[in-house]
Amino acid sequence: MVFDAGLAVLVLGVAAWTIVARDTFAAVVGFIAYGLLLALVWVRLAAPDVALTEAAIGSGLTGVLLLGASTRVRRTKNLTAGKEPAAALRLAAIGLCVMVSAAIAVLVLLLPEPAPTLAAPVAANLAATGLGNPVTAVLMAYRAIDTLLEVVVLLLALLGVWSLAPDRLWGGVPGLHYRADPDGILTFDAQLLVPIGILVGIHIFWVGSVAPGGEFQGATILAAMWILTTLSGLVDTPSVSRRWLRLLLIAGPAVFVAIGLAGFAMAGAFLAYPIEHAKLLILIIEVPVTLSIAAMLALLVAGPPERSLHR
Amino acid sequence: MNAATLYGLCSAVLVGLGLYGLIIHPEPLRKILAFNLIGGGVFLLFGVVARRGAAAGFGGDPVPQALVITGLVVAFASTALALALLVRLSSEPGRANLPSEGSGEEPMGGGPL
Amino acid sequence: MSLVRDALTILAVCAGAFFFLAGTVGLLRFPDALSRLHALTKADNLGLGLIVLGLLLQTEGAFPALRLISVWLLGLLAGATVTQLIARAVHPGGLHD
Repeated sequence: MVFDAGLAVLVLGVAAWTIVARDTFAAVVGFIAYGLLLALVWVRLAAPDVALTEAAIGSGLTGVLLLGASTRVRRTKNLTAGKEPAAALRLAAIGLCVMVSAAIAVLVLLLPEPAPTLAAPVAANLAATGLGNPVTAVLMAYRAIDTLLEVVVLLLALLGVWSLAPDRLWGGVPGLHYRADPDGILTFDAQLLVPIGILVGIHIFWVGSVAPGGEFQGATILAAMWILTTLSGLVDTPSVSRRWLRLLLIAGPAVFVAIGLAGFAMAGAFLAYPIEHAKLLILIIEVPVTLSIAAMLALLVAGPPERSLHR
Repeated sequence: MNAATLYGLCSAVLVGLGLYGLIIHPEPLRKILAFNLIGGGVFLLFGVVARRGAAAGFGGDPVPQALVITGLVVAFASTALALALLVRLSSEPGRANLPSEGSGEEPMGGGPL
Repeated sequence: MSLVRDALTILAVCAGAFFFLAGTVGLLRFPDALSRLHALTKADNLGLGLIVLGLLLQTEGAFPALRLISVWLLGLLAGATVTQLIARAVHPGGLHD
């Protein structure tokens, strides 16, 4: 309990630092630390799958995006200087935020006892899905439609990012060209870490059916390894008009939708699995979805095309 | 008060902090940071509800936990799109924030679009 | 026997925490980037290593122990790489240029 109190105070302190820091770079670093501390909070709340996702996506990938953006918008910083809000607006904002926080705090203190829960139905039907991890069972069996829509949302966000390229760069290569220094430390690190990382990513994906883990966490590690090879210059980001890239991106959602539609024939509803084949079908969905999500996450970090296809 | 309620109050303060940052900062990047802070607070609230629903041998109710995982990924996707928009906007000649109402400024014409 | 193990674990974890504290104090108090990096690597390598050592005494079996050691080695690798990169960004041509 003392540990929880200390952790909560630390999280609030880092969050406050993120808000009031003057330098944008300092605020971004504070946000990354906040994400990692939040992952610790998730472990204390007995949610290890969420802790893995928060550390990987919430803090790691979002932090990479924010760091990149913070250096690129630095030249427009002086355009917004001198537009500091007036004291009256600050007081009004503080008043509003205190009211919102108080309302949520009252809600937390008035939560019903005993707490309503869906853990019992999840546990009762867990054997039928063939999985051992209840969170993976919820994601892939009970609420598979949510996961399908989530993958589609990721794809739509990627399309949105790609559509921000200027006309002359349409279909080009995302990101800057990183030159590989063959004797450099980053190349050495990438050559050493990427094979290990790919193994770890596949392991976390595979073990997610019985232990904390799963496809999103594994896909994030695979995406991070792709980003590392790109950053070290070993491999150049493929141009967004490459057919194999586009096929990789739609393979996951396509297989998901196909098995969903086959659910009408096999078990009578969209995304319904017949019990004797449930584990196999979930595996057939998970493998292409993991690869597609890894590609989507890596390309979201790479950004819109910035180099023309024809050099 | 147990640990879950403590973290619930923590999430309330996080939402308030994030909302304050969203209102106060003129820079869009700080607003995106504050928005992510609000998201973290809301997810923490889900986690508190999940922890209170511990039953049937699990440490927490798995359904809100799965919802939070989905939410984290979607929040990342929207942050990525917002930052790509911001970087694109900042590379165009013009300003990085919207002209305020009634200040008599004309909206900037775009550069090569 | 388990009392000795627990005592050793607590000792090792406290020593590791002390190194982390020292590293943080160094980060806040040292004058320039290179000395701050020096302080941080002490925290990463020694602090993490001592904590992993303390936790190793509590694990059963080979695989959890191997996993803990690999955590330490990966932390070492990442820390060394990032330290080199930051140092080169601060002094691109070497220290005496």
